[in-house]
Amino acid sequence: MQHYLDHAATTPMLPVAIDTWQLGAAELGNASSIHASGRNARRIVEESRERIAARLGAHPGEVVFTSGANEADNLAVLGLARARRAVASRMNRVLVSAVEHPAVRSAAAQLATEGFEVVELPVDGRGLLRLDVLCDDIRHAPEQVALLSCMWANNETGAVQPVAEIAAQAAAHAIPYHCDAAQALGFLPVTFAAAAMPGLTAMSISGHKVGGPMGIGALLVRKDAAVAPTSYGGGQERRLRSGTVPVALIASFAAALEEVVTEREHRAARLRKLRDMLADGLRELGAEIVGPTETSHLAPHICYAVFPAVPAETLLLLLDQAGIAASAGSACSAGVVQPSEVLLAMGYSAEQAVSGVRFSLGWTTDADDIDALLQVLPALLERGASR
Amino acid sequence: MSRLVAALSGGVDSAVAAARMVDAGHDVTAVHLALARNPLLHRAGSRGCCSLEDAHDAKRVADMLGIPYYVWDFSERFQQEVVVDFIAEYAAGRTPNPCLRCNERIKFAAMLDRALTLGFDGLITGHYARVEHAADDMVTLHRSVDTAKDQSYVLGVMTAEQLRHSHFPLGGSAKPAVRAEAAARGLLVADKPDSYDICFISDGDTAGWLHGFLGSQPGHIVDASGQVLGEHDGTYRFTIGQRKGLALTRPASDGKPRYVVDIDAASRRVTVAGHNRLAVAVLHCGRPTWCGPEVFGPWEGTVQVRAHAAEVPATIVADAENMLIALHSPVLGVAPGQSAVCYDGTRVVGSAIIQRTEPVSAETVVTPPTAVK
Repeated sequence: MQHYLDHAATTPMLPVAIDTWQLGAAELGNASSIHASGRNARRIVEESRERIAARLGAHPGEVVFTSGANEADNLAVLGLARARRAVASRMNRVLVSAVEHPAVRSAAAQLATEGFEVVELPVDGRGLLRLDVLCDDIRHAPEQVALLSCMWANNETGAVQPVAEIAAQAAAHAIPYHCDAAQALGFLPVTFAAAAMPGLTAMSISGHKVGGPMGIGALLVRKDAAVAPTSYGGGQERRLRSGTVPVALIASFAAALEEVVTEREHRAARLRKLRDMLADGLRELGAEIVGPTETSHLAPHICYAVFPAVPAETLLLLLDQAGIAASAGSACSAGVVQPSEVLLAMGYSAEQAVSGVRFSLGWTTDADDIDALLQVLPALLERGASR
Repeated sequence: MSRLVAALSGGVDSAVAAARMVDAGHDVTAVHLALARNPLLHRAGSRGCCSLEDAHDAKRVADMLGIPYYVWDFSERFQQEVVVDFIAEYAAGRTPNPCLRCNERIKFAAMLDRALTLGFDGLITGHYARVEHAADDMVTLHRSVDTAKDQSYVLGVMTAEQLRHSHFPLGGSAKPAVRAEAAARGLLVADKPDSYDICFISDGDTAGWLHGFLGSQPGHIVDASGQVLGEHDGTYRFTIGQRKGLALTRPASDGKPRYVVDIDAASRRVTVAGHNRLAVAVLHCGRPTWCGPEVFGPWEGTVQVRAHAAEVPATIVADAENMLIALHSPVLGVAPGQSAVCYDGTRVVGSAIIQRTEPVSAETVVTPPTAVK
């Protein structure tokens, strides 16, 4: 019996997304073509765009489809910062939280090679952005900030960042603010509505994290935001993103997104109950649950545990052999579990940073999965800790 | 049926070894060891097992065999136990064998320990050597039937307990047959080149790599009388028996080639001499290890002094700390730091690290020693 507790890595496609994808895959047409087939494809794409926009309080023209959240993050970070500096060379500072996904951090590192000054904003012991540091930094020289990027919910800890406060700061100083919402969408009340998030300039979302297909995502970006493109060609997506738009993926993404946003409250409440049950059980086994304890600052589907004296590399193997899928903070391309940058940023030791295991829940998770994990875990921890 | 860990390097041998054990009905789990701190993206030529491409190849082998695959990170341990030691040995004027060291400290120690701890029964590797299990629970290590490919030398540091948990499914096969089998099984690594060089020195330039750690340590190259024949940049650039790269400014009086016969790291002096001075008759060794019961002797066996060298008959005596080997016929160019591995027929008896050697002297006949020390 397999128990999949790695939904934050990817979650099974929703039936409606599979059905929609199949229908879309059978359609012929390039959305850029002027003939009937092209018009049909275009209609599917634009209807999907409108449905996604409607669910996120956005204007359809603000939705730029990408291959996923990684590309959306790249486009936002590189595109916004470069465009802004092109206007005024003094706008040279890029502020990113210390717990961003590599899609943001690596893009920021690229900007550093282009002469930008990249500032990592610290988080507290719960993994939450230090708003005081952010405010101080901005106040110091707001006219020099090219971009601020801070995610909605952290992919390892599930910590929910104070995005409304960050957006307010960005608005007050007219600084572009990008938010990676890939892990938040479908679990938290994510919105791109200008009224609710006045300072939010751009937001990344992903298809496969919400039960849609892999290979599709979007960057929501204000229509008046200056963004330099990062790829070149047909300019299909607002001249920011080139490449034939994948009709079936987009339709399927829209179907999944519509379902998870519509059912969010009910789903989140159900998952939070399971997640708390899991966290309580893990604590009883000696694990430290990492991240905020306040419900308001914690995504309902992620439980990040540090097991003292058991490296994640070992525990993940034992869990896998027991039929349970979970993951560690990060692994290099060769497959080696690396110390979690997130845990290090939160002040954990190097030893603790290789002992973090993330359990993440999704729409197929039920109490049986949690029970199965808690049942086998004591023996696995004993085995894993015996050297 | 046993639960076994197959060490998959990404090469053809470990792939076939794992495949055979899967066929034999064992519950096999693949593990690739991450040993390099900063793995290169692709293999350069015939280097070992440290590149991302090798990790990928190992993963694809596991996929094809339908077995789980994990990466175990022993890079820190490898650095401490193998790489640091390698540099220190060269710095001390010796010539270490990092593969033996890795087998002793990493593969059949740290890796085997972890496998046993995690509930596995043992380890499978693609080494060309044989483990024989006798009725009385004795295990012995033997040369491969493919003598050209035999790798028992680099396993000479294993203990009986390690052997008991080790499986070398290729020990009865010849390399060409293993390649053919890999191809027949559809393993994509079937035609991958063998690795010969030191896996953590990606371009094969050992001296250049050592220079990065040890820097310039200039000294003299001298002849047996102490006359200076040339200069060098560091004794770590030399090994006993080396002929090339000496850059001597004065030719030998007899016009014959000269070879490194002694390296003194303390005085940074490298001594060269003619071919006849390379012949060694007695090996003083330390840190004996035994692939089974200790055999202090004296006993008559054969000795191999480096990988792929021919074995030589010898009389061997040992105690807990030392091993003294009297070679029945002289061996050329024996480098301290290498291991002497002792055989009784095909069976590996034990090993020890060569500390110093005695040359063949024209006057004395080499006789077996009666006591150690």
